Amino acid sequence: MAIRRGRGVAAINYPTGMNLGGDPTQALVHSTPTGNFMVTLSSVDLGQGMKQIMAQICAETIGVPTDRVVIDTADTDTGPHCMGTFASRGTHRAGNAVIQAAKEARQVMLEVAAEELEVNASDLETDGQGNIQVKGAPQKSISIFDVALSAHFKRGRSISGRGMFLIPRSYPEKETGAMKPSTCYAHACTVAEVEVDDETGEVTVLAVKNVFEIGRALNPKMVEQQLVGGSWMGISHALYETTEPYYPNRDHGGTDFNQYLMPGPGDLAKTEIIVLERPSADGPFGAKGPGEMCANPQIPAVANAVFDAVGVRVDTLPITPERILRALKAQAAG
Amino acid sequence: MAKVPVQFMLNGSEKAEFVESGTTLLNALRDKIGDTSPKGGCHQGTCGACSVIIDGELRLSCLTLAETCIGADIKTTAGLAEGGVLHPLQRAFLDAFATQCGFCTPGMIMAAKVLLDRTPNPSREDVVEALSGNICRCTGYEPIIQAVLLAARANSQNAA
Ligand code: FES
Ligand code: FES
Repeated sequence: MAIRRGRGVAAINYPTGMNLGGDPTQALVHSTPTGNFMVTLSSVDLGQGMKQIMAQICAETIGVPTDRVVIDTADTDTGPHCMGTFASRGTHRAGNAVIQAAKEARQVMLEVAAEELEVNASDLETDGQGNIQVKGAPQKSISIFDVALSAHFKRGRSISGRGMFLIPRSYPEKETGAMKPSTCYAHACTVAEVEVDDETGEVTVLAVKNVFEIGRALNPKMVEQQLVGGSWMGISHALYETTEPYYPNRDHGGTDFNQYLMPGPGDLAKTEIIVLERPSADGPFGAKGPGEMCANPQIPAVANAVFDAVGVRVDTLPITPERILRALKAQAAG
Repeated sequence: MAKVPVQFMLNGSEKAEFVESGTTLLNALRDKIGDTSPKGGCHQGTCGACSVIIDGELRLSCLTLAETCIGADIKTTAGLAEGGVLHPLQRAFLDAFATQCGFCTPGMIMAAKVLLDRTPNPSREDVVEALSGNICRCTGYEPIIQAVLLAARANSQNAA
């Protein structure tokens, strides 16, 4: 009986969004009288950072500082339609919709500025600080604050835009059955190092090294935050979490946090995160969806590491001490 | 059911309420007094989201009856910021990206505050121990551990 070490590797592709009859998200953008920009969405921020990312995307497109953008996700009944924040689709689908809405709003903003400055709208640019200026003659400029005031009180214009992003429904080809259920794949690879006690069946994950290819990281610190938390969650799925430990028999499921286990702050594996940025062709500023895929590669990597350590294939999750001991017993029985 | 009067200090100001006998402090704070910073994650003492500080001790408000708190000095995360300036722990949680959905955050901050009040320069092991009664779904804990260590460093720099 001994503590045995093992190392496992696994790589995954992970889609952005899904396609159960078309995958749409819509967005509306409008300016306040003082030149702040409201983005109205039904895509909800539940901690993944949706509001921050949409503010960055809108600000970048219109050409204003991020703190000039307010995100309103207050009401999914009355807001523009969104399929929802699931399937890692939020940044990609809502981001593309926000870009389209913000472009239209920017165009109206430039038209109003052009009237104020008595130039052509196509000769104008934003300075990113809240002003609009003539290309090549930045001394001729007007603040976006004044442009918004003019639009509201003088010119009767609405500086606003409509955004719509739709991945149309994909039907299977008759001959081959091939279809496109999702788009914009992200990729990841994990190397896991474990120790397995072949007497108790207990697994300790010593370290995980993760590489994630996620398009472009629109907010690198928030991406890192997702990936670190996701890596932990992947280990948790591999070794601990289940509501149905004897599935399909539904007995003995955990009913509270004493029984539904997860690794705590004392059980953390040494975690390394490497981000590869390969901007996607159809993503907002090249982004893909890193949300869910970051919790996936750890699971097969840990399973492979357990196999490397003690020579048994546990193909049911989570890989509990009981399952390992049963597999070892079966192996010994030949 | 019979109502009982309770009176205690909450974040430095006096609160008095009538609650049904058997009401937890968590429910009294959230539903009667309107301090929603303690969260009800499990209502059975296993997640730490409802943690508050009672007379200097870390307590689970879901397992504490409001009527046992008469005359007590209660502190919650909602009372930490002073005059719009965030408490060093709150600042550190932001700077270390230690919060995502935020549901665990007030409980984590309470646990960390009791630790730092007693052990201003904690080791990593001290921090892990102090947070071990609190569950987080989102962060993987490491950013939270780093935030507490960051707040401790910021405190000792300010004291120096
Ligand atoms: S709500 Fe009190 S410990 Fe979970
Ligand atoms: S930040 Fe979501 S539970 Fe901790």
